[in-house]
Amino acid sequence: MIGGKPKGLAQNAVLFYPALMLGVFFVVPFATMLAMSFFRKSDQLYERAFELTNYAQFLTAFFGKTLGFSLLLAGAAAVVSVIVAFPFTYLMTRQPRRVQVRWLVFILAVLSLSEVIIGFAWATLLSRTAGLSNVLVWLGLLGTPQAWSPGFPALLLGLCYVGFPYTVLVLYPALSRLDPELPEASRMLGASPLRSFFDVVVPVLRNAIISSLIMVFVFNLGAYVLPQVLGRPQHWTLSVHITDQAIQNSNMPFAAAMAVFLMLVSVALVALTLLFGQEKRLAR
Amino acid sequence: MNRIFKNLFMGAVLVVLLAPLVVVAGVSLNEKKQLLFPPRGFSLGWYQELLTQADWLRSIGNSLIIAVASALLAVSIAFPIAYFLWRYRVLYARVLFGLGVAPFMLPPVITALGFLLFWVNGEFWLSQIGIQIRLFGQIYATIISHAIFFVTLPLVTISLGLESIDRQIIEASTTMGADDATIFRTIVVPMVRPYLISGYAFAFVLSLNEYIVAYMVAGFTVETLPIKIFNSLRYGYTPVMASVAVVFVLVAMIVFGLIARFGDLPKLLGAWSQKET
Repeated sequence: MIGGKPKGLAQNAVLFYPALMLGVFFVVPFATMLAMSFFRKSDQLYERAFELTNYAQFLTAFFGKTLGFSLLLAGAAAVVSVIVAFPFTYLMTRQPRRVQVRWLVFILAVLSLSEVIIGFAWATLLSRTAGLSNVLVWLGLLGTPQAWSPGFPALLLGLCYVGFPYTVLVLYPALSRLDPELPEASRMLGASPLRSFFDVVVPVLRNAIISSLIMVFVFNLGAYVLPQVLGRPQHWTLSVHITDQAIQNSNMPFAAAMAVFLMLVSVALVALTLLFGQEKRLAR
Repeated sequence: MNRIFKNLFMGAVLVVLLAPLVVVAGVSLNEKKQLLFPPRGFSLGWYQELLTQADWLRSIGNSLIIAVASALLAVSIAFPIAYFLWRYRVLYARVLFGLGVAPFMLPPVITALGFLLFWVNGEFWLSQIGIQIRLFGQIYATIISHAIFFVTLPLVTISLGLESIDRQIIEASTTMGADDATIFRTIVVPMVRPYLISGYAFAFVLSLNEYIVAYMVAGFTVETLPIKIFNSLRYGYTPVMASVAVVFVLVAMIVFGLIARFGDLPKLLGAWSQKET
């Protein structure tokens, strides 16, 4: 019953509707964007052309700076997220299932929160009037309340907050399937818990760590609201500039070219994680 | 000692994750129109304003319509693909599956821009063949865009559900003379139902919270709650924003709590199922 080849049009008809939907509303938009990236900006939004001027604009110092900052920010936040999320997820998966479920519900709730809400929440938490600094003043650690947002640390913190639950969920399958006998065996042989964690758990899951780093990095590249709420204009990322070009400047071709570029970077990185996944399967 | 360290670490993570939510909840209770924490006075007036003022109500309505409809559309696209791939395992179904997962793997701004260009140009293409219809800035454009953007979630959960069906049941029913349609009706649908529902719930909650696609497709005409909050964020704070945030957190907790109550959440997220551990 399962397997085999579908015969004739009748059996394939099931796929007709989803193929149509994905074709029209996903493939066509991407093709449009790709074509747009070669068009020329004009008074009527754009005119058809085939030129590389939009891509040539990448060579300006401003674009280079933006790209460099976007990559740096996404990378820094990814590293912090994984460093915190890996031990956290490991400890969580060692808990009884009932406790795990409670954590997972909470993690999912935080993950699903709108970037807008998280941005607003952190802006409030780091503000002068309602923020953490008030608590420090009350404790006598600080003279006067201070505003810690907007700024680079605030932005990095916000991005880690968004990236953390995502990292936990990316790491969760690999960590929850880790054979508990492995760390136990090393403990039995006399290793301290810390040593068994660093010498057994981490090396065994090296591929999972690397692929989660890349996944979170790509996820962070998409940050759009946080740089505007928690950062200053010089902290705007590529995502912000793409939207800015498309909506404020009505420069669709340049926005499209930037988006295509960002897509190529992301696809290359995602392909890299798939490669790591493959390797792991072969190793088993 | 070691146990203390572990608990300390988990506790610290919990505190950091909770801190902004607690502050927002506190701010939402302020009596006057100020962002103060700890709150001065106590008032539920901002929640009342959220539920009575016309412009907030309109955003709530838009967000709910979009989330309900787009999640339904997403499930309707995902289910046939997942079923077909499970039933036949042919290459072109796999390609379709890949297409469904793709938007989720890329930074959302890319998909959002693709949709923006598509809806703007779509109007023009249709007018060329004599059809005058408004697409850009319409609520159904947002609904379809969200459905495509979030199709990944039901696709993954439903596939997981199909994989969990014991092959022996299918073989037994085939031996006893059941055809595809009967098997689909009496085995596949009942067994996959919890996964259908959780796929729907994931898409629903994420659509409710989604900002950039909704903004690019119809941000100026169809104001969803996240767009409304972001706009208020730029043009002056009001504690109503904080009360919306609290409502969003509660909705997410309830939905995922329900999934956990009636389904196997760890398994949905990639752990082994209960029996195997």
